[in-house]
Amino acid sequence: MPQEIKHHLTDALLMGYSAGTLPEAFNLVVASHVSLCDECRARLAEFDAVGGEIVAMSETAEMSADSLALTLAAISDAPAEEEQAAAPEITGTAVLPRPIREYVGGDVEAVKWRKIGGGVRQAILRTSKNATARLLYIPAGCAVPDHGHAGTELTLVLQGAFRDETDRFGAGDVEVANEDLDHQPVAEDGEDCICLAATDAPLKFNAMIPKLAQPFLRI
Amino acid sequence: MLTEAIPLANADADRRVAQYAGAKAPLSNGAKAKVTQSGPKDRMAWVSHVEAIRDRKDQAAFAELFGYFAPRVKAFLMKSGASPDLAEECTQEVMATLWRKAHMFDPAKASVSTWIFTVARNRKIDILRKERRPEPEDLPWGPEAEPEQEEVMTLQQESKKLGKAIADLPDKQKDLILKAYYGELSHSEIAEQTGLPLGTIKSRIRLALDRLRRQMK
Ligand SMILES: [Zn+2]
Repeated sequence: MPQEIKHHLTDALLMGYSAGTLPEAFNLVVASHVSLCDECRARLAEFDAVGGEIVAMSETAEMSADSLALTLAAISDAPAEEEQAAAPEITGTAVLPRPIREYVGGDVEAVKWRKIGGGVRQAILRTSKNATARLLYIPAGCAVPDHGHAGTELTLVLQGAFRDETDRFGAGDVEVANEDLDHQPVAEDGEDCICLAATDAPLKFNAMIPKLAQPFLRI
Repeated sequence: MLTEAIPLANADADRRVAQYAGAKAPLSNGAKAKVTQSGPKDRMAWVSHVEAIRDRKDQAAFAELFGYFAPRVKAFLMKSGASPDLAEECTQEVMATLWRKAHMFDPAKASVSTWIFTVARNRKIDILRKERRPEPEDLPWGPEAEPEQEEVMTLQQESKKLGKAIADLPDKQKDLILKAYYGELSHSEIAEQTGLPLGTIKSRIRLALDRLRRQMK
C-alpha cells in the first residue's frame, strides 16, 4: 500500500466474518481489506482465537458409536495431501486483491463494466442474494449519485481515493455506512477511483434519475 | 488429559443446550453439562498430537484429538443450525480434514482449537449456507523453519488466558458472544455489544506480521 490505511473494519464485522455469519458480499469486503491490512489481519486472528476457545469450552454432543472408525476409513481412502504448490500469482502490480480477482476471474482488465451514468461504471459480482457486492469505477473528479442506506453499506477503496461528508478514503480504507448516513462520494482529482461496495439492503437514491436507473443498477 | 474442569453456568448451560439443540438433539452430559478447559500442558499436548499425525500418521494421537474435539465440534454445528445427522457427518469431515492438513497447522500462530474452529466454520458455510467463503490473500510467509518452541508455548498460553477470560465474563456478555458465534445475532446486533477480553493474541500475531514485513523489505 502506498499510503497508510486510516479507516479499518469494525469489531462487529471482523467477529461476524470469523464466526461465519456475514453475508457473502460482506465476507468479500472483509477478506479483501484483510488482504491489504496487517492491523485487521491481526485483529481477525484474535477473533478466530475466540472462536477456538468457544469450541474448546463448548458442551458436547454425542458422536455415533462408529464415528471414529468411519472417519479413519475415510482418511485411508483419501491419503494425506501433499504440500501444495502455491497457485500462480500476479506479481506486485494487481489492483484487485486476490479475493476479488477470484470473483472477477482476473485483475481490473477482466472486469465487465456497465455504465450507470455520470461517467460512473459498475460490475456486480456474483454472491449469495442476501447482500450485493459490486465494483465501482468512478473517474477522477466524478461523483457517485447521492444516496442513503436502508441497511449497511461497506465501501473498500482499491485505487485512487474519494471524499464524502465524513472524511477522505484512500486505497485500502473501508467506509462502514449505516442508515444514518446520507452521502455523496466524490472521486479525488488525479487518479480514477475503483471501489468494492457491498450492501445488505437496496440503496435509497435522493435524486430522480438514479431512482429510475435503480432497476439497472440492481442495488 | 484434562486438568481443569470448571463446573460452569450449570442450570443455565443446560437450558442453553436444550434451547440450541432442539428437542431431538441427544447431547451427552445433558444433565450435568459442564465446561471443560484444557490447561497449557494439554494445549502443548494437542500440538504434539497434531505433529504426530503429520510426522507419523499416528492414529492413537488422532483418536485422542477426535475424542475431545469431535463432540464439541458437533455441538457447535448443531447450535449453528445443523441437524444432528448433518452435524455428525460434517464433524467427521472436519476431523478428516485435520488429518489431511496436519502439515498446514502452525502452532506459533494458532491453538489447535482455533485451527479446528476455522475448519469447522468453513465447513459450516459450505454445507449449511452453500456459499463460497472469500479468504484473505495468503501472506508470503515463505518456507518457514520449524517455529521456535518458546513462541509456540507463548501463543498456547495466551490462548489459555483468553479462554479463561471468556469463561470469567459476566453471563450476559458471555451469552452474547456465544450467540454471535452461533449465528444468532445479526451484524448490527453484534455491533452494539462491546467489551471482549481481547488484546494479547492480536499483539503476538501483530509482532509476527511486523517481522515478516521487515524481512520482505
Ligand atoms: Zn484494517
